[in-house]
Order: sequence, then structure tokens, then C-alpha cells
Amino acid sequence: MALNQLPKPTPQHSTATAAGGVAEETHDHHDQPPRGALRWLLTTNHKEIGSMYLIFSLTMFFIGGIFALVVRAELFQPGLQLVQPEFFNQMTTMHGLIMVFGAVMPAFVGLANWMVPLQVGAPDMALPRLNNFSFWLLPVAFTLLLSTLLMPGGGPNFGWTFYAPLSTTYGPPSTTFFILSLHIAGISSILGAINIIATILNMRAPGMRMMDMPLFVWTWLITAFLLIAVMPVLAGVITMMLMDINFGTSFFTAAGGGDPVLFQHLFWFFGHPEVYIMILPAFGIVSAIIPTFARKPLFGYASMVYATASIAILSFLVWAHHMFVVGMPLVAELFFMYTTMLIAIPTGVKVFNWIATLFRGSITFETPMLFALAFVVLFTIGGFSGLMLAISPADFQYHDTYFVVAHFHYVLVPGAVFSIMAAVYYWLPKWTGHYADERLGQWHFWTSVIGVNLTFFPMHFSGLAGMPRRIPDYSLQFADFNMVSSLGAFMFGASQLIFVWVIIKCVRGGVKAPAQAWEGAGDLEWTVPSPAPLHTFETPPEFKPTSH
Amino acid sequence: MTPVQTTVSRTVLALIGMFAFAFALVPLYDVFCQVTGLNGKVDNTAKAILSEEVDASRYINVQFVTRSGSGLPWRLDVENRQVQVHPGQATEVDFTFSNLGGKTITGRAIPSVSPSEASPYLRKVQCFCFEEQRLEAGERVTMPLVFQLTRDLPANVHTVTLVYTLYPVADEQSQRQAARTPVSGGEA
Amino acid sequence: MRRKLALMTGAGSLCGVTPALANGWNMPVGVTDVSRDIHSLHMTIFWICVVIGVVVFGVMFYSLLRFRRSRHTDSANFHENTTVEILWTTVPLLILVGMALPATATLRQMYDTSEADLDVMITGQQWRWRYEYLGEDVGFTSSLSTPRAQITGEEERQEHYLLEVDEPLVLPVGRKVRFLMTADDVIHSWWVPELAVKQDTIPGFVNENWVRINEPGIYRGQCAELCGKDHAFMPIVVHAMESDEFDTWLADRKEAAAQEALGVDREWALDELMERGEQVYNSVCASCHQVDGSGSEPAFPALAGNEQLLSDVEFHIDVVLNGVPGTPMAAYRNNMNPVELASVITYERNAWGNETGDAVQPSEIQSRLE
Repeated sequence: MALNQLPKPTPQHSTATAAGGVAEETHDHHDQPPRGALRWLLTTNHKEIGSMYLIFSLTMFFIGGIFALVVRAELFQPGLQLVQPEFFNQMTTMHGLIMVFGAVMPAFVGLANWMVPLQVGAPDMALPRLNNFSFWLLPVAFTLLLSTLLMPGGGPNFGWTFYAPLSTTYGPPSTTFFILSLHIAGISSILGAINIIATILNMRAPGMRMMDMPLFVWTWLITAFLLIAVMPVLAGVITMMLMDINFGTSFFTAAGGGDPVLFQHLFWFFGHPEVYIMILPAFGIVSAIIPTFARKPLFGYASMVYATASIAILSFLVWAHHMFVVGMPLVAELFFMYTTMLIAIPTGVKVFNWIATLFRGSITFETPMLFALAFVVLFTIGGFSGLMLAISPADFQYHDTYFVVAHFHYVLVPGAVFSIMAAVYYWLPKWTGHYADERLGQWHFWTSVIGVNLTFFPMHFSGLAGMPRRIPDYSLQFADFNMVSSLGAFMFGASQLIFVWVIIKCVRGGVKAPAQAWEGAGDLEWTVPSPAPLHTFETPPEFKPTSH
Repeated sequence: MTPVQTTVSRTVLALIGMFAFAFALVPLYDVFCQVTGLNGKVDNTAKAILSEEVDASRYINVQFVTRSGSGLPWRLDVENRQVQVHPGQATEVDFTFSNLGGKTITGRAIPSVSPSEASPYLRKVQCFCFEEQRLEAGERVTMPLVFQLTRDLPANVHTVTLVYTLYPVADEQSQRQAARTPVSGGEA
Repeated sequence: MRRKLALMTGAGSLCGVTPALANGWNMPVGVTDVSRDIHSLHMTIFWICVVIGVVVFGVMFYSLLRFRRSRHTDSANFHENTTVEILWTTVPLLILVGMALPATATLRQMYDTSEADLDVMITGQQWRWRYEYLGEDVGFTSSLSTPRAQITGEEERQEHYLLEVDEPLVLPVGRKVRFLMTADDVIHSWWVPELAVKQDTIPGFVNENWVRINEPGIYRGQCAELCGKDHAFMPIVVHAMESDEFDTWLADRKEAAAQEALGVDREWALDELMERGEQVYNSVCASCHQVDGSGSEPAFPALAGNEQLLSDVEFHIDVVLNGVPGTPMAAYRNNMNPVELASVITYERNAWGNETGDAVQPSEIQSRLE
């Protein structure tokens, strides 16, 4: 994806077949873009911005990963060896914040930037300049966030959920900057979401109805609506925190008549839909990849759309399942337990649909398919532990233990992150014009899959046996599980270096890809040449609805 | 407007609405808590006694717990730590505030009720917790709590615990600053 | 998938067979009726998930093997089947209802607030627990007792590393104990797995929970909600004794408290105060202000050579008694008796090169608390 050789719109680059493209006089009616750094700073091209998002996200993935490795290194054995508890807490907090807001979300936005216009047959995003602005907010936000680590008293140390009053009255002095950086990142997400909605609703190729859209577009549309609905709530919460810290209000302080539990309600009203923001686009990606490599249309397209929509709606009704032990009345516990269990149904439908797609297909196992299949299996395991966590009485034992850590890492790492990797392998030929090195890709896949399971599977056991989250030191009975987890984490971390190598290698060369890079693929992006020229679909393509 | 502009203005409206909604949730949450008793929050306004027949068939054990938060050299004593009341019956209990410190300070008692299911059925007619208290050095003030548990209190509630936590009021911010600024001092 | 199977067989063989080993792998069965119910609920859902997993992944891996391209070149083209789709929506719904029923029953039982025999107030503080037996005039603070040297690795770590305290919470077996839970500073969470009690303690608010322990024993747990730097170092130990043994213990505690109260009126020598003060300081104050009084700036000021404290005994007493709002410095008059307060203040004024010579008398402290 990186550094692709886009600015040379030579006609030869369309190595093969494929109609629909534009190629020829692409640049005649455009000014030559500025060169060098300025070009990247000012670009309004969805592909360049998409690439920048993806590179940014990969960078953050490594920074957040290094923080995770600090945590895992400290937890390698009992006792305090490498870091002090204060710094350990900053590492867990920053790891969570960076991975959620800096790695996973921007990666999905980057993929949307690249692929949504290509999949709906639009020449660019609806609001290209806004697109540029929303990207460039991110480096600002995360530079600020990372700089808090160097401030007196250190960076945020209260967990990525920043529960009051630990984060307000008792927070470090840098908390104000943390809030500011989160505001900036939030604005970036909101602007990105507006852009995606405007593109999908208004810029589809003539003849493409909503129910003709590829599922990646559908899931992103729903995700964007979730973002519009909940990012302002996050902005509201952190604004209240800011006021509590600096202007003497008491939204969350009991001393002044406020309520710390209100913080949790507001946070999780944002936080639970946020969790789905990080997984719905993954559903879209997997729904594109599995049919491609099974050479068979996606089973139950319509039910996939409805399932995604119902998951999104349910996500607003389940927030307090994160708060089963804060002391809620029985009725509330029951309500949130039932609604949470209901989510299993649309999620199950999705998994069944993917498996039915595989059934009687003609399946091959290229790297993107491997990641997508691992997604289905491991995400489902995360779903099972999620179902267990939904059972409120049992959650009194699971809550805030490593069982929860295992659960959400199963849905986020082999879930969201694997889907992003699958997407990268799947679309790299379209982005760079070369196939990714298949042998290295397989290596990357197998080391990642083994590493991820070694890391997170033992956490189920340590959690059930009683190990709380977010502790820098633990009693001796948890030592073995933690050692395995730490070894797995380093293996997973190291295997991501292969990923970077694959990407760099692919950008620089490799087996040339035709427009239709995967024989079983069916969406519009495969009708433009590989690599996709800087400007595509300047005249809307002819869209013939397939039988979804 | 172009279709894109229409979409954008609608989403922006939704955004503003959701931002306002987040703030609206603060008072809504209070109302919701008072109605459902979520989190043992107590309605902090005076209520009239509900004139209803006393339910002599059962006794409710009402416990009082007083606590003091940090930064306030006060004591809060209650005349009876535990009283037995019938639902419907109005009861008065005296609380004594003493300022043990050497200067005038304003403080406030924050109430909480357990089990939280009981809080919608607790009517406070008079309570020191409705307002702040200002006590001079060494001053001692006795104030009453007049309350009633209504007859419709769920049958499975046998004990109701009222907890009052004292917190210093005002200028908490400047106190904090003062406590933190001298790096060499202030056992902050 | 393979790992999933490992879990299945692992947990299957452990379930109920070897409780000692199960403690290391699985949720403990525990020693209360509620904890048993929760455990069986946990195992039920787990096995349901396992069965679903076997079926779903079975079909998936069958498809992957049977319909791989080398064996199956012509893919089918179907993409809908209403019957199947209705089936796989309704069957899970029924399974969920089947799970929800026992879960609801257990939850109702956990919320049963019928009459308790004993009320214990649990207060979370950065970073220790305070227990008060309501109406009994017995209360104490329970802090981590694992020596610092074990944490840093200078000493060998013992069996109950990080799960041991100076004063455990003592509870009777067979009686219903009601917990009232709150916190002084930030949110903590009181959790003992074998009692299946986990409840957040929230500053300014009171939560309620209860337990009726079936077997005497020592049960260990930890704070479960991130509460700042020493979150990992505020364990919980519950010592459950037979009912009559408990009554004796409670009476002894009351007696001891009365004895200590007697000591308030007499004049204490500096040495005596220093000796007692060192004890108190190391158990309560040292986790933040360090054993050598060097503190940990900016959050925890140094006490050694602290001019503001040393020049102003009034200020020193005020801070220790009443705390500093918005910081982990709690109001220790709630936690300690006058003797402990006087001796720890005296110790701080005369240890680590602080040489004020002040001997703060318990009677002086006592007079400030009335």
C-alpha cells in the first residue's frame, strides 16, 4: 500500500484485460500535483489519503505493540523487574488508546478511503478536502497523546476506559492534554464518517441500488452512522471531565453532588457501539474475501445486511453489561443480560452465512483467505467467551479478570486486526499492481496465528483462576500462563515484521497483477487496472447488478 | 443544495443533537436514578409527609452510617445508630456536626441509600443533606433528619442503610492547588 | 480450533474431579451456595458453547477439506435457502432462552436482601481495605503484608505472594453477612473468587452484597478495579471461622480495643512512640511515602527533610488526621486510633534524619477528635 508509484499515469500500467478503467488522458484536466512532502500534505486524492491512513495505522500498530510488549515483558514472571507500577499503568492505558483510536479505526478508515469509491464506482470521496483535513488531524492527535508520556507525572495511567474519579480528581497533570488529543482524534473520526456517508449515499454508479452494494460498503455505511451517533457522546464525556478537572464542576465527583457511575454509563454508551465500530467493517471484508476464494456467491447477502443493522441497533441497548458489578438493580441487570445475549443471534447468522458460502465451493487458500478463515474461527471463539460474559451472574466472577482480556483480544486481534491484514493481502495487488509474496504471506499468517493463540488463549485460564486485569505483578499460581502469554506476544510482535517486509517488497515489485487479480472476485474495483490509476471512474462505470 | 450538501447538513445536525444528548443525559440520569433507585441516589429535595396509615405489621430496620471524606476536620454523630420504624411512620433522628479544626469551614453531607431498591420509597421531609453547613472552629450543631419510608416499600426489604459522607465544599480546587504546589511540603 | 479442543478436554477432565488442580485452571467452585450456582452456570454455558463450537467448526472444516479446489473444481452457485436461514435464527434463540432461565434464577438469589445476621462495612482506600463490624465497635485496616523485598526479587517469594494481609477479615460460617461497600477515593472492587462476591466500591455511594459461607477456611482475593499505582497490591483475605470461634474473636477484638483506649490517657515516652510508629508507618504509609520517607514526587511528597511538616506540628497533625482532598492522602482519623496516630506522627518527625524531638501524645490527638 505504501509509497505506491501512483503519480505516473502511464497507459502501460494496465497490464491486462479489464474495461471500465479510465487510464488515458487522466491528467489532462488536472493540475500537476505538487511534488515531495507538500504533495502528501495537500493531496485530496482518496487513494493517496487512504495510503496515508494505512501507513499511519501501521505505525501506530507498532507503537501500541511495543507498549504491549513492555507490559508482557513485565508480566513474564512474578515480581517487579523492568518497570514500576506507575509506568506499567501508563503502558496498558496507552496500548489500549493507541490500538483502538490510532491503529484499528484509522486502518478501517484507510481501507474505506481506498475501496469505497472503487467499490461504488465513484471518482473520489464526496468531500476530498475534508478528507485530507480529517487525516492530518490524526498525526497531531497522536503526537500530542504520545507526548504526554514525557510530561511531569507521566501520561494517562487510568486505563483506556479512563473511569472517573481516577482520571479526573486523581489523574496526572497531563490528563488535559489526553482529553485534547482524544477530542482531535474524535473530530477526525467524525469527519471521516461524514465523508463516507456522503460518498455512499450520493456517489454510487448509476444503477447501483443500496442492496447492490458490496458488503464492505454496507458495513462501513452502518459503521459511519454509529460513529456519528456515538463520537459526540465521547466528546461530551471528555468535555465534562475537562470541566471537572479545570473548571470546578462536579459531573463525576460525589463530593460536589456528582456520580462516578454516571461516567461509566456515558462512557459505555459510547464504548459499546465503539466496539462494533471496530468489528463491522471486518465483517464486510471477510464477506468479500470468502466468496472470492470459495468461488461462489456470498450466502445470504440480504440477511448479512440485516444482521449488521441489527447488531448496530442492539449496540445501543447493551452498554451496561460492562457494569454488571457496579451495583445495578436486579431489573437493570436482567435487561442488559437479555439484550446482550440477543446479539449472539445476528452474529451467529453471519458466521453461518460464511460457512454456508464455503459449503460446496471450490476453495483455495491464498494468504487473504487464510486470514479470513482464521478470523471466522477465532472471532467465533471470542464470541463464545462474549456469550459467557453476557450471563450476568457468571460475570460477577469474570468481570475485570484476564478472561475479559482474553475475550476482547480474541475479537480485536484475530478479529479486527486479522481482517485488516486479510484486506491488505486481498487488495495489495489492486494498490500496487503486484501480488504480495505468497510464501512470506503464509509465513506471516502461521506465525501470527500461533503467536496470537499462545498469547491470548492462556489468558482464559489465568482469568478464570482469578487473575485481575491491569496488574503489574501477580501471585505465583498465575506464573505459567503468563510466561506462555508473554512468549506468544513476542512471537506475534516479531511476526509483524514479516508483514512490513511483505508490504515493502510488494510495493517495490513482484508478480504483476491483472485488473481482475483474483479470479473469483466480483466487485467494481476489479474492473479498473492494477495498480489502480490515480483517477478512476471519472466517467461512471456501467453497473450490472449481480444476483445478490 | 446538492445531494451531498443535504447529506452533510443532516449528519451535522445529528452530530449536534448527539452532543447535546450527552449533556442531557446528566439530568436524565438523575431522574432515572430517582425513579428506579439506581445507584442508591436519593432525591435531595424536601418532600411532604405522605399521610398514609402506618403499616404496623412489619418493622424496618433503619441504620445510619456517617463517614468523613478527606480534608474536613469534622465529625458527624448520630443519636441512634439504628432505629426500628414501621412503613408509613414519620421518624426524626438528630445528627450532630462538630468542627474539630481550628478554622471556619463549609462542608456537606452526601447521602446514599442501600439497598438502592429502597431509595424511591424514602421520603425525606427535612435533612441537613439538602444544604451545605458552615461551621466555625469548635462549633457544634445539631440538626434533625425527618424521614418516612412509604408503605409500598418492597416486602423483601428489611434493612435500609442511610450513609452520609462528609465532604469539604467550595474552593476544593484551590485547596488542591495549595496542597500540591509546595513540592517540598504538603503531605499530598 | 485445536486449542479450543485442548480447552474442552482440559476443562472436562478437571471439572469436579480434582478441585485443587481446578483452582489453577478454572473458576473455583467456591464455598457458598451462590458460588456453586455460578460455577455450575459457568460450566453449563461453557459446554453449550463447546457443543455449538464442535458443530459449527465441524461443518466449516469439513467444507474446507471436502470442497477445496483440488477435489472440487465446480463450485455451486446457491446463495439462499429460507428454511436453513430461519432454522439457524430460531434454534440459537431457543438455546439462549435455555441459558437465560438458570441465569435469571441465580441472579434473583444473589439479590436476595433478606435479614442479615452481621453487617460489615467495607471501604476501599488507595491501597488497602478497611473493615468495620457495624454496631460492634470493631474496625481495622487490612494491608498487603508481603515484604517489599519479595516483590523486587531480593527474597524468595512465598506461597501466598501478594495474597497475604496483616489483618484478614474474619467472618463466621453459616451466618448471613451483609456487606456495605464504599470507597474513600477512587473506585475499587472487592473480589473473593471463592465467595463469588465481586462488587465495586464507589466513593460517596454505598453498594450492598452478602455472603453465607459454608466451610471454614482462608479465602483470598484481590481488588478488581484499576485504582492507581498499587492496584495489584491490595489483596483481600477472608478468614472464615466456626460461629462460636468467631464470637470469641469478636469479643477479644473489643477487649483489645478497650485496652488500647486505656493507653490514650497516659504519657508516652518518645521511644515507645517511635517503636509503635515505625510499625504503623511501614504497614500503612510506606507504600507511598517509602520506607525511608523519600516519597515519590510529584504524587507522594518526601517526608524526610520536609520543612513544611517539620516546622509546623499543627499542620502535620492536620494532614494526617484529615487528609488532603483529591489526593490518595486519606483522613487517617477514620482508620487509626489515637495511639497509632500519635505514634506515626512522632515517628515521621523523628525518623530518617528528621530530628525535631517532638513526642506527640495520644491524649493530644484524642482531644482533637472530640
